[in-house]
This record gives sequence, structure tokens and C-alpha cells, in this order.
Amino acid sequence: MNRNSTALSIDLATLNLKYPETALVNRVFNCTLLFVIGLCSNSLFAQTAFTTDQKLAALDSATKAAQLSGDNAWMLTSAALVLMMTGPGLALFYGGLVRRKNVLATMMHSFVLMAVVTVLWAIYGYSFAFAQGNPFIGGFQYAFLNGIGTAPNPDYGATVPHETYMIYQLMFAIITPALISGAFAERIKFSAMLLFTCLWSTIVYFPMAHMVWGKGGLLNAFLGGKIPCFDFAGGTVVHITSGVSALVCALYLGKRAGFPREPMKPHNLVISLIGACLLWVGWFGFNAGSAVNASGLATSAFVATHFGAAAATLGWLFGEWAKHGKPSMLGGISGAVAGLVAITPASGFVKPFPALLIGFLAGIVCFFMVTTVKSKFGYDDTLDAFGVHGAGGTLGALLTGVFATYAINSGLGNDSAGKPIPLGWVDGHPAQVLNQAVGIVIAWGLALIGTFIILKIVDAAIGVRASVEQEIEGLDLSMHGEEGYNLDA
Amino acid sequence: MKKIEAIIQPHKLDEVKEALKSGGIDGITISEVRGHGRQKGHKEVYRGMEYDVDLLPKIKLEIIIPDARLDEVTRTIASTARTGKIGDGKIFIYDVLEAIRIRNDDTGEAAL
Repeated sequence: MNRNSTALSIDLATLNLKYPETALVNRVFNCTLLFVIGLCSNSLFAQTAFTTDQKLAALDSATKAAQLSGDNAWMLTSAALVLMMTGPGLALFYGGLVRRKNVLATMMHSFVLMAVVTVLWAIYGYSFAFAQGNPFIGGFQYAFLNGIGTAPNPDYGATVPHETYMIYQLMFAIITPALISGAFAERIKFSAMLLFTCLWSTIVYFPMAHMVWGKGGLLNAFLGGKIPCFDFAGGTVVHITSGVSALVCALYLGKRAGFPREPMKPHNLVISLIGACLLWVGWFGFNAGSAVNASGLATSAFVATHFGAAAATLGWLFGEWAKHGKPSMLGGISGAVAGLVAITPASGFVKPFPALLIGFLAGIVCFFMVTTVKSKFGYDDTLDAFGVHGAGGTLGALLTGVFATYAINSGLGNDSAGKPIPLGWVDGHPAQVLNQAVGIVIAWGLALIGTFIILKIVDAAIGVRASVEQEIEGLDLSMHGEEGYNLDA
Repeated sequence: MKKIEAIIQPHKLDEVKEALKSGGIDGITISEVRGHGRQKGHKEVYRGMEYDVDLLPKIKLEIIIPDARLDEVTRTIASTARTGKIGDGKIFIYDVLEAIRIRNDDTGEAAL
């Protein structure tokens, strides 16, 4: 995430000297402002004449307060949008793709994380991810949310309360393990899924978030990382980690009983469509919110996000049309999600047309992954969490190194000669693709090894997989004692 | 008494029902069923996974009628349900031993 925001501060005196033609405008502005300040602090200023310093100080604090409330409004909205991606977005999207007997269990995989991860986050999660520590993981400074209040933390967002940043980041920590559930849907024990998620958040997610976004993290391009890796909203942190972990889960758990002999059609693509569209809308909070302010950078990310999703929808549909003869609704929404995934790391770094290109490529590559590659290797990634998030996230992270430009993101500032520091290949810095590759390798490695160890632990402790009887009965009844559709009740 | 069991295309149900009603047939029971005769099914593709669907949705319609009306009623059903394409369905005819109206113990054709 980029900290492009600098607290707005206007020195009117200097401005008037440099640009006399703005003096009138400023006088009007000044009068209005003084009127406002006068209203607010009538008793304090009523009888005393202002010195210039006092006026400037009052002006400075008034503009800061105005910016804080603007940015905070957008960031709280964004946090809510990102939560909406998990529930109901992902719950509906995944829920519609499974068989009817597993709809509630699958939705539960998403929904329950809104509770579980929140508690972890409050106790130690935020601290492990964002407190200062070593390059790989944060420390205990923010444990139990110690010291996190309304005062901004300039490292993470100079114009929003630190508490806003904390709750915004929590929503990412919730959706990431929820994405993995697509791989083990229809055959995991609920208790195992809970234990898996707690361990996975601790061993994979918090460290990865720290490396990329935490102060002093190994890959943090803006806050002193050794290997500057651009990941605006979570290509490595969210999508590679969840997608690659999903692959490990699919391989470790093995195929569902009857796969691929028995038909396992999605039971309700209508709710999947609703879920996918909620994901699309929620993703504006995910990506544009990652600017951590309501600036032009947020607009850039918003536009890139939308363009990426649109182009990827078409990419997947065309691929499907060419290969199977018919473009499908499921193909369209899968493409949209693939595009949103791929544009995530790039969103606050690239211009609109590269965003279209990244999206279109993601639509085609992810279509190829879930149709050709998956059937070739024969693993049962139930809802294609790897094919979409792992593949799309990797592609997006790489292409961010190609298309990132200082014309969009000035977070790295200027060099000593006053020229903007180049970001990606298009800026004349091809080595950035290598930096991205290092970030990708670290995310893949952590996800592969971490997830495998966690699954071994959970399996030894309580067993990961539901019994064949439970699976055949359906997880709704066998794990939760209820059914999704009691139409004659 | 005869029982007529007709398997028809779902979209033809309303037409057949109206025709029977105007022909004075009051009692009718229908169920949504799936099946196939000689009609081939279709292919569905979900993210590259292909499924052959050969059990297609049909409507099963059951009516019990006096022997005298058999020809007329079967002809009505056949002509209204027909599209001329494969998959239009079939009509089966059975003998019925007895009919009893639960409300008042009427039996035989009086119970229809």
C-alpha cells in the first residue's frame, strides 16, 4: 500500500507572494475560514486580534481536520465494502457453486471467519502484521490493540485514525482465508477448518502482510524494505497466499467422494452471480481503499479495478466461446473475479489501458488454468481457488512490475536530481519485474510450506477430512444439523 | 374405468389441462418427473467440466375416466401435446379396479 498522502497544509502568505493572481481567491477563502473558526471558538478569539502565526496555525489545523474527516469517511466505507466481499459476497459466490447439500457449510466457511479472525486480530493479529518487528513478522507492540486510537499513524495513513487503518486491514485478514475454503469445500470437517484458519492466519497471513505492508517489512517498497515489491492491495499477500494454499489443501485432502465420476454441478448459479457482483462492488473498497485516503490515487485504483474486471470478463467468455462453443454465465463471473484478482496488486500503480490488458490476460490465463491445467493434473480444487486466485494473483503481481508508473503513483518520490524515481518497466526500470518475482517466490514458498505443515498438525490433532458417510450425507446435515432449502416447511 | 398416464413436455401442460377441462374432465393429478425415451439429452459445461444430461424434465399427468370416454380423451391429449418433434412423450392406459371418494364413500364412476 502506498502512502501517497501528505497532510495538506497551505501557507497563504507564501502563496500570495508567489502567485499574486490567487490573492483574491485566497482572501475570500481566508475570510470564510476565519468565519468558521470564529464560530467554532467564539469565546477564545472574540476579543483578541489574530497574529499571522495564530491565523496560520488555526488554518493548518482546520485543513487537517477537514482532510481527516474526508479520508476517514472513505476509509470506513471501504472497510465496510471489504467486509461485504466476504459476507455476503464470497459466501453467495461459493455457496451457489457447490451441491445443494453443502450450501450452508460452504457459506459458513466464509461467514464464521468474520468472527474468528476478528478475535485473533484484536488479540495479536494486527500486532504481528503491523507492529515494528523484524523484516518477516511484527512484534507485540500493538497486542490487545495497545495504543491504537484515533491519532493517525503516519507510517500507515497520515490522515486517518490508526484505529480506522486497523479495522480496514482486518477485513483483508478475514477474506483471505475465506478464499481458501473454495479448495476444501464439500469435504472438510468444520472443526478442522476452524483450527486450520487460526494457524494459517498466524503462520502465513500475518507474516506475509508484515513483509509487504508492515513498517520495515522485507518486501515493503515504501517503508524500508530490502526488496521493494509493489503490491498495492494484496496480489501476493491475499491472492497468492490463499490461492497457493488452496492448491496444497486440494492435494492434501484428495478428491471428493465420487469425483469426477459423479456429476457435481453448481446448484444455484443465480446466487453465485449475486455474490460475484457483490465482490466486484466490494473490490472498490479493497483496491481504491488501499490508497488509505480519498485522493486521486484512490480514483486511479478504482478505475483500474473496474477496467480489469470488465476486460477479464470478456477474456474468459471469449476463451470459453472458442473452446466449448457457448459463453456461460459462470464463465462471465469467473472471469470478472479473475480480473479483479489480477488487477489487485497493480491497481494503484497502473494507467487505465494497462489495466484493461492485465484484466484481459487474466481472463484467458485463468480460464486455461481451471479448464485445461486442472483436468490435466486431476486435482480436485472444488471451486478453483488456485486456478483463479493463485494464477491470477501471480500474473497480476508480475505484470505490476511491467506497468507500474510514477505517473500514477508518486509514492517513491524524486531522486536527488529532482526526477521522479522510476517504478516499473514502462518507466525504464525492468529490474522491478525481478523484484516482483522475488515477492512472488516468497509468497508461494511461505504458502506451500506453511500450509502443508499446518495441515499435518491439524490432521494429527483432530483429523482434517469428513468421513465418507458425512460427505455423502452432505456437510449441512452432518456438520451443522440443518439444511439450506426447506421449501415445504 | 381406465387410468391414463401421459408423459408430456412441461411447456405443453397448460394447453393439455385446458383442453381436458373444456372436455369435462374434472380430476387431474400431475407430477414433475425426469426421464427419457428415444430423445437424446444435452451437454452442460461448468468451468470445463462436461456433463451429459439425458434425464430431461417432463410432466407426468394422471387421470381416471369412464371406459366410454377413453378414445376421445386420449385423442385430445395426444393432439394437444404434440409438437411433432422427438421428446413429445407417451401415453399409457391401465385398467382401474375401483375408485372410492374419501369424503362420502361413493364408489365406481360416481366417485370420478
